[in-house]
Amino acid sequence: MASWWKYGVIVLLLIAAALVPQALPTFWISIATEVLIYGLLAMSVNFLGGYGGLVSLGHAGLFGISAYTVGYLVTRMGVNHYVAFLAGILLTLAVGAIFGGVAIRATGIYFLMITYAEGMVVWGLAYRWAKVTGAENGIRGITRPELFTKGWQYYYVVLVIFVLTIYLMWRVLNSSFGLTLRGIRECEPRMAALGYNVQVHKFLGYMWSAFFAGIAGGLYAYYNRFVSPSTVQLSVSSESVLMMVLGGVGTFFGPLLGSLIIIVGRNMISLYTARWPIIMGTIFVLTVLLAPKGIIGTLSAWWEQRKKVSAGVVEIVEASARKEVGAEGEVRVGTESQS
Amino acid sequence: MLEVENIHSYYGGAHVLQGISMKVPDGRVVAMLGRNGMGKTSLIRSIMGMTPPEVRAGSVRYNGEELLGRPSFYIASKGLGLVPQGRRIFPSLTVVENLMIAAREGQAKGNNGAKWDLNRVFELFPALERRRKNRGNQLSGGEQQMLAIARALMSNPSLLIMDEPSEGLAPVLVQQLRDQLIVLKQQGLSMFLVEQNFGLAMAVADDVYIIEKGQVVYEGTPADLNARPEIKKRYLGV
Repeated sequence: MASWWKYGVIVLLLIAAALVPQALPTFWISIATEVLIYGLLAMSVNFLGGYGGLVSLGHAGLFGISAYTVGYLVTRMGVNHYVAFLAGILLTLAVGAIFGGVAIRATGIYFLMITYAEGMVVWGLAYRWAKVTGAENGIRGITRPELFTKGWQYYYVVLVIFVLTIYLMWRVLNSSFGLTLRGIRECEPRMAALGYNVQVHKFLGYMWSAFFAGIAGGLYAYYNRFVSPSTVQLSVSSESVLMMVLGGVGTFFGPLLGSLIIIVGRNMISLYTARWPIIMGTIFVLTVLLAPKGIIGTLSAWWEQRKKVSAGVVEIVEASARKEVGAEGEVRVGTESQS
Repeated sequence: MLEVENIHSYYGGAHVLQGISMKVPDGRVVAMLGRNGMGKTSLIRSIMGMTPPEVRAGSVRYNGEELLGRPSFYIASKGLGLVPQGRRIFPSLTVVENLMIAAREGQAKGNNGAKWDLNRVFELFPALERRRKNRGNQLSGGEQQMLAIARALMSNPSLLIMDEPSEGLAPVLVQQLRDQLIVLKQQGLSMFLVEQNFGLAMAVADDVYIIEKGQVVYEGTPADLNARPEIKKRYLGV
């Protein structure tokens, strides 16, 4: 069908991503790594918020639990890297089960407030539980696994894990569970009337999202080699929501595009001015006002509209050729979107 | 068989259902007639376990099992398929997605136990097949109604509950709906239909109830009701 070019674009992007270390200087390899890590975090927020209608303002907490776990296990306990990475994800899931169990009782703004509070709990622990987290000093000196110590080597690690993770995410979203999530976003009581235990599905959605955020957190710990309360602060959560909104809520790659724009923008603009937050705020306001569907959402709406108009023209021509009129006495323009 | 016995439902302090009793035997079509605000939708919500209203007394049994106090997803999983009032389809899902989201094994009754799937649903509603890739909010009112019924059928219900399926439909489409409901009835599907449209209810139903201010004021067959113009005039204004 018409989606072959989509796969083409994805393959081209993959090739481009694989060539980043060859083509760009070290500084930009590090930026690209950051784009992927925060992009994955934003995609985990979008998994729950864009598809399930449950926007979380606490994902930095989940991200941070994984990052801190890796940091603590590697620097203090000398645990094997792969075990530490898995432990980070598992602990994120364990805490996510508690956070999610509380948060899924609410929807909309209340869900947002509960997740916000949960994120602040993690931040508070990072700040106060000095014995484990090192408080303001954070945890320093996280080493990378032997083969991946250089920036470009670690970039490939992140790229591979990123691609595998979002492939899994894509499969989940296109399964019947993904459809269930979207149904819950549209209307919870309707889903209940169709026989779905909405609470259980919201919880599962939260757990998947926590799983993806946990992977991003573990990757971050090794990328930055340092975790501190600023790793889990509110702005990390709110920026991931902004990335989702900027790229397109409920579009698969939107948050990644948002991450690219925000991370690159921050690093470029910070060279010239310290007023990046003002610029970021302006971007956010303009997006919400001018393109509430985000970049990808707006583009695909425009594309569908175009396709519809051309399909509608064909339909009118065909209908008039057959002297056929619609069931309700009119020719409908732009209703067949297939082909 | 669905048996509703003497249920009392409240919206806060408002006593909206005042001891309603009714039943839908297997394989029969039962219609509940009544004007606006008489408690028709409240009755359906009470049966389906949706709150509000709050049911404070009575019993709702399906095949002998007490459903009162159960969550709606449990009630739906027992084989009660709901076509909600106002055709509440999922607006941003496509026709096929709207149908697949409801698909489940169920315990299909009627048509010798044949299961409902996309093919069978499209056979009954050919208009939907032509629009399989359109989103819910791109459909006309009549198509949305068909989709709401088709979606309920996809869950393979043993009892189809419909809340004013004719609401807002043009007379031609109401006729079409009547024919489709008669097909379902001939296939042996039990249905409970809440309606304001007198003609539709009378054409489809085996048993008729009239509800007035939260109470059942008449119970009989369409033929019997037709023979009693004073009741029709008093409660339905026809």
